[in-house]
Order: sequence, then C-alpha cells, then structure tokens
Amino acid sequence: MNIIYFLIACSVTLALCFLAAFFWAHNSGQNKDLYTPAVRILFDDELVEEKVEEDVADLP
Amino acid sequence: MAVLSKEICFHCGDDCSSKLLIKDDRNFCCNGCLNVYSILSVGNLQNYYKLNQHPGATQNKNPQEFDYLNIPEIAAKLVNYQDAEKTVVTLYLPGIHCSSCIWLLEHLNTLNSGIIESRVDFLKKQVYLQFHHQHISLQKVAQLLTSIGYEPLISLQDVVNDGFSKKDQLIPKIAVAGFCFGNVMILSFPAYFGISDSEKHFGEFFSIINLLFCIPVVFYSGLDYFKRAYISLKQGVLNIDFPLALGVAVLFLRSLGDYAFGAGEGFADTLTGLVFFLLIGKFVQQKTYHHLSFERDYRSFFPVAVDVMDENGATKPLALEKIKEGDRISVKNQEIIPADAILLNGNALIDFSFVTGESKPVQKVLGEIIYAGGRQMAGSLELEVIKPVSQSYLTGLWNNESFQKLSDTKTKTFVTKVSHYFSIILLSLATLSFLFWLPWSWQIGLNAFTAILIIACPCALALSTPFTMGAALSILDKNKFYLKNTDVVEQLAAIDTIVFDKTGTVTLADSNSVAFIGNLRPADADLIYNVCKNSSHPLSRRICSYLHSSVNLEVDGFEEIVGKGMQANYQNNEILIGSAEFVMRSTPEKRNSPQVHISINQQYLGYFKINQKLRPQLGELMFSLNKNYQTFLISGDGNQDNSLLERYFKSNLHLLYQQSPQDKLDFIAKQQRNDAKVLMIGDGLNDAGALQQSNIGIAVTDNINNFTPGSDAILDGSSFHLLPNFLKFAKATVNIIHLSFCIAVCYNIIGISFAIQGKLSPLIAAILMPLSTVSIILFTSISTHVQAKKHRLLP
Repeated sequence: MNIIYFLIACSVTLALCFLAAFFWAHNSGQNKDLYTPAVRILFDDELVEEKVEEDVADLP
Repeated sequence: MAVLSKEICFHCGDDCSSKLLIKDDRNFCCNGCLNVYSILSVGNLQNYYKLNQHPGATQNKNPQEFDYLNIPEIAAKLVNYQDAEKTVVTLYLPGIHCSSCIWLLEHLNTLNSGIIESRVDFLKKQVYLQFHHQHISLQKVAQLLTSIGYEPLISLQDVVNDGFSKKDQLIPKIAVAGFCFGNVMILSFPAYFGISDSEKHFGEFFSIINLLFCIPVVFYSGLDYFKRAYISLKQGVLNIDFPLALGVAVLFLRSLGDYAFGAGEGFADTLTGLVFFLLIGKFVQQKTYHHLSFERDYRSFFPVAVDVMDENGATKPLALEKIKEGDRISVKNQEIIPADAILLNGNALIDFSFVTGESKPVQKVLGEIIYAGGRQMAGSLELEVIKPVSQSYLTGLWNNESFQKLSDTKTKTFVTKVSHYFSIILLSLATLSFLFWLPWSWQIGLNAFTAILIIACPCALALSTPFTMGAALSILDKNKFYLKNTDVVEQLAAIDTIVFDKTGTVTLADSNSVAFIGNLRPADADLIYNVCKNSSHPLSRRICSYLHSSVNLEVDGFEEIVGKGMQANYQNNEILIGSAEFVMRSTPEKRNSPQVHISINQQYLGYFKINQKLRPQLGELMFSLNKNYQTFLISGDGNQDNSLLERYFKSNLHLLYQQSPQDKLDFIAKQQRNDAKVLMIGDGLNDAGALQQSNIGIAVTDNINNFTPGSDAILDGSSFHLLPNFLKFAKATVNIIHLSFCIAVCYNIIGISFAIQGKLSPLIAAILMPLSTVSIILFTSISTHVQAKKHRLLP
C-alpha cells in the first residue's frame, strides 16, 4: 500500500501543472475577451476574393 | 447577396431618400455611406459586405476632425505604449456591432500600411492598435477609423480613466481555492469511510497534506475576508465578513490543533469548500458592463479640446482644462459650449435641453453670457471665456455636497442588518456553551465553542444574496435595465416615491414626433426648410430638424407674425407657414397637438403635425405605479405640456415646472427628510444632482452609447414601460433572500444542536456545509427565474 505515497505525489504534481497552466493562460490575457476569438476563427483568408466573384457572376 | 431591394442603402440598410446615390449598381442613403463603400472597394475589403447584409452604421452626420490628437499631452494620455518606432493605443469605438466590424477593423493594415496590427475586443467595443507613428499619426488613425464608419469616442473621462477591473484578481483566487478544495476532498474520502488502525499512518499523511492545502486557501484566497472584517471592526460595525473570517480562522486553527494533538482528521474539507463557494458567490455577484459607465460626470459630456483663436484669428486646439479666462474660442455648429463665455460673434442659437431641461433653443445676442453645456445649433460662434471650465455654472453643480457624499445615506442592505445581530448571537451562544462545559472539561468546552463557530459560519447566508442578486441582475440586463451593482436591487424594492424628469424621460424630444399630413415635394421641403430656419420659434426648429435639407435658398421678404406664423417670398412665390387661421383664413378646430399649415402661392399643401410625443404605454405605466407609489413630475421646462401630462399624475400639485437643477436636488432632499425613499428617473445633466441625491437614480437613454449622467442604473428607453415590473421583481427578489435566509437558519439550528453538545464530527460539518450551500443556490436561482417569468421579464 505504500505505493499510495507515490501516487498522491504524482496526482498533486499533475494537478499543480494544470493550475500553473491556468495561471499562465489567465496572465497572458486569454480570459479577457471570451467572445471575439470565437468570431475571428470563422473568417476566411483573403484568397477567396476571386472565387466569390465567380459565384456572383453565376447568378442569373 | 446580389438581390437587394432598391431603396435600401447597401452600406447601412437604412431607407434611401429621394436623391439616389448609386455606385456599382448599389444604392446609398448618404454621401457618408457611399464614401465608406468607395474606400473599402478601393482597399479590396469587399468581404465586409459578404459577411453580413448592410453591416455599416449610417454616416449621415458630420465627422469630427480630431485636431486635438496632435496635442502631445492629450495623445500621451491615450497611448498605452510608445517607442521610437511604434505606438500602441486602445480606442473605444461605439460603432462596433457585428462580425463584419471585427473583420474590417482587423484588416486595417490593407487600408494603411502604417498600421501594424489591430485587434478588436467585441464586448468592450475596443480596438487595440499598433502603428508606425512615422507613417501615420494618431490623428490620421482616428480619421481613418471615422472614414470607414467607426468614429472613436474619446472623452476626457476615458482619457483619465484606466479602467482596471477587480474581477481579474478574483479568478486566480477561485482557481487556487478550487484546486485545493478538489484535492482535499479526494484525500478526505478515506477518513469518511473510516481508516482501520493498521493503516493509521495513511490517515496522518492525508491530514498533513490537507493542512498544507489549507495554507494557500486561508492566506491567499481567503485573505480579503480577514482584511474586510478588520476594517469593519475598526469602524465598529459587524458585517457579514466578520463571522465568515471568524469561521475560516477557527476552522484553520481547529484543524491545526486536531492534527497536533491527534484529536481527529480536522476540517480541511469544510474550510476549503467554504472559501471556494464564497468566492464563487462573489464572482456571480460581480457583473461588469464594459460598455457602460455609471460614474460619468460633466467631463465625459464636454469635448476633449477646444479651438482657441490667437490675435490673428488662427485657431489651434487646446486641452479643455487649459482654457483660461479671456481666451477667445471658436465653437462650430453642433458643438458644445465648453465654458461660461461671452458671445463675440456669430448667430447663437443654443440648445440647453441637456443642461436645464428646457426644450426650446435659446437665441442669444452679442455680448450676452452663454453658460457652458449648451449646444450651438446655427453656424459658428466666437466666444470669450469668462470662467475656466472647472468653475462654470454647470460644473459648479458637481461641487455640491451630494456629489461628495458616500453611499452611507443609502439604505442598509438586508445582509448588513442581519449579520450584525447574527454575529452577536453567534458569539454569545458559543461563549455560553463554553462556560457551560467548563466545570466538567475544558476540552469539551473548547470543542463546543469552536464547533459552534464552525457550523454557524453563515456561508449559506453569505451566498443567498450574491446568487439571488446575480440572477436578478442578469434577468434585468436581458430587459435592458443595467444596474450598477447588486445593492441597487434591494434599494429598488424599498422605494415609495418616484420622481420623473419630463424632457427625454416621459416625453421623447426628437424629430420622429413630426409628421407631414399631405403631399410634400422635395423642392417644397427645401423651400420650407429655408423659411423656417429664419425663425427661432420652437415649432420652426422642429420642422427644420425634421426636414434636414442641405439646399441653401435665398428667401426674401421674411416676416414673422407673432402668434400666427410667418410669410416669405422666393422667386415671386409667396409662402405662408403658420396656424390654420393664418394660412387658410379658416376658423381653427379643437385639436390635441400643434399643427403648422403650409401654403405656397395660395395653394394649400397640408400641415405638419407636431406631437409632444410621450413614451409609448405611459398611461398603463403610470396607472400601475400610482397604485403603490407617490409619483411626481419635475421639469426644467415651462408648463406648456401640462394638459397632456396632468392626467397621468394623482394631483396637479405633483407636477413641477421651471425647476433649476438645484431645485430638483432640493426637492428630492425635501422628500427624503419626510422619510420618503425616492427613485429619480432622468436623462440629462440637469438631473445629475437629483440622480445623486435620490436613493436610486436611473438614467434613461435611447442610445446606450450616449452620454448618461452618473447614476445607479441605466435604463434603455425601449424598456421604459417595464418599470412597474422591474419594481415588483425587485421586491420579489428581496423576498427570496429573506426566505433563503430562513432556510440557512434551519440548517444552522440543526448544526448547532450537534455542536452545542460537543459532538460535531468533521463528517457532519463536511456534509452540512455543501448541502446547505447547494440547496440555497438551487432555491435562489430557481425561484428568481420563476419570479422573473411571473413578472413577464423572461419569456
């Protein structure tokens, strides 16, 4: 049963890593704006320009 | 995308007027929108129009020049960071409203390569910009943003204000408390099920790790409770933080003691859970409205800088606070007079509606004093400043004592009142039981003493308010009623007197209330506009702002006949504008609203119907409020609308006219001396004093981004009719808090009955604490939503 000392040490270390990750994310401002990044990721790149114009031309 | 109905502006979606502006087969309502479209199409930013239909905002207004951004001191206050190469600045753009806005603003560098990076924070409506200031100046950046339809709002207050939010420090504290709570729970489970003697060394190991976890919880996450308890003790008040801090301290010391003397597992689980839940409650309670400010004063109403003229007549922008006596300043059309000044030159027609509540613009003659805060309505002015900004008539109001007062005159919250008695009862109960046990055994006595403080720690009480209020706040927020903080809900429930301002609050004072009955050709509209602009009669001003023509016609033979109307000639056409009697030589009929009749060359065209437009559903609103509240109307305006308004109030004495801002403040103070709890609803700077003095001041606005005077709550005009529902809902919310307090007390009685016998085991504490917490949270959130549905604030 002494293995439990090792396991608890492991689990606490792992949990501390997650806590540290959270602090890093928080301090780098990732919690400041929770809305805009969700919209930003949906924008296409500039390259679609010509393709979209073709679509418009296809319309009757 | 290609299918668009003909009359709608491609840029902003507004209806296009008669003059069609067309480019690339697309219609535009005004030159501003067309310009934005041209800039974007040249810059290859057409995607803007593909993401959303009509994403723009209408550009039908005069843009600012932002000359003042060239003044280094003002620019320095705005800039976040600057080095030899680049400048970083955050600007507030009220125009941000959809995903197209984000897309366009984040592609600013295709319009001007001087811009390195731009990032939008959508909810705060801010854009964060980095640019090479060698290539593009801050003024040019502001002009670029304005040219594509996102005019930055730069006010003195924002320049001064840094706006750091406290919520940010709370989140790490919650994270630490949550982390420790979770780990402690896992390690406490073996103890709940009993550890056999052969494995006792495990139990000790778990206890010491648990104690280690408690240290950051007490000294980092829970530190604020000790600080606040200390502050309140110094002031001789026992607020809710005192029993909470006591509970946390006793839990920690008892756990230490239990470990040191091998007396048990300790209360680490209860301690960490308590702090974690308390912090969650605090988090729920805090709601920040990034786009609203409740602390605004005159500074955010005034321009940041003013054009000052030197001897040669050349103008140069100067920061507002640097304006001194004797400066000659130039004020353009639609600008605000920044300081008390003497009129030197120009046609002064000043709209003081925001300052005094008087809806008629006032004509001033040369040499007359114009008080700060008025808006010039007709052309440019030259003025000489006689008092610096900080000492003007209007800002003098802010030096009134009601602006310096602290919130202590406001009603005490329920929790503050209860926790005072609660703490006393708690302490005396604990001491009594200690004294009771002392003759037998001091160990049992100490055990009972600490156990009472632990079990009676008012966790559920401390949580009932934040969770109820947090839910109430977000429900009110969905109905466009924004409260400054959660205490306002309780104050709202205690109100018994309601005072309304007139202009802008009960009535709507915009051009929508003008309608032309008949057929009006555009050419005639231009003509009527040019005749009306010669008159300072309020009805003429209304018609002018309704027609809004840009054509300048030379009208001669203008004559105004007092009480009847006016006549003028234009290219041998005789124009008559005025009462029915004057224009048609007919006998006037009885009518409710003023009418202005028009005839050109003896040919009758029709009439303008001008309504002093009341807010919709005002009748129902007042009917419902009059049942339970004293209602008053207090207006800086004359009593011309008395006949329209008096039927909504209980007595004619409840309508007061021609009240100065100071009169309004004094009226509220007088009501309060008679023990009335006053709710003041206003909109302008003239109400600012009254809003501060009242128990609750609500600022009404039809555009949430506009200036609102400092207040406890901001109400969107479209939700004005819901006011009785808000008040009833506030009362229901307070009842919920009372009920949840009863539930919390029941749990406490059960717990104390164990504790007083000295029998409290960590297991009972560990069960009771989360059980009471969770049931309180469930009860408050469910019943708040039920009440919201009942009062039709939720679908």
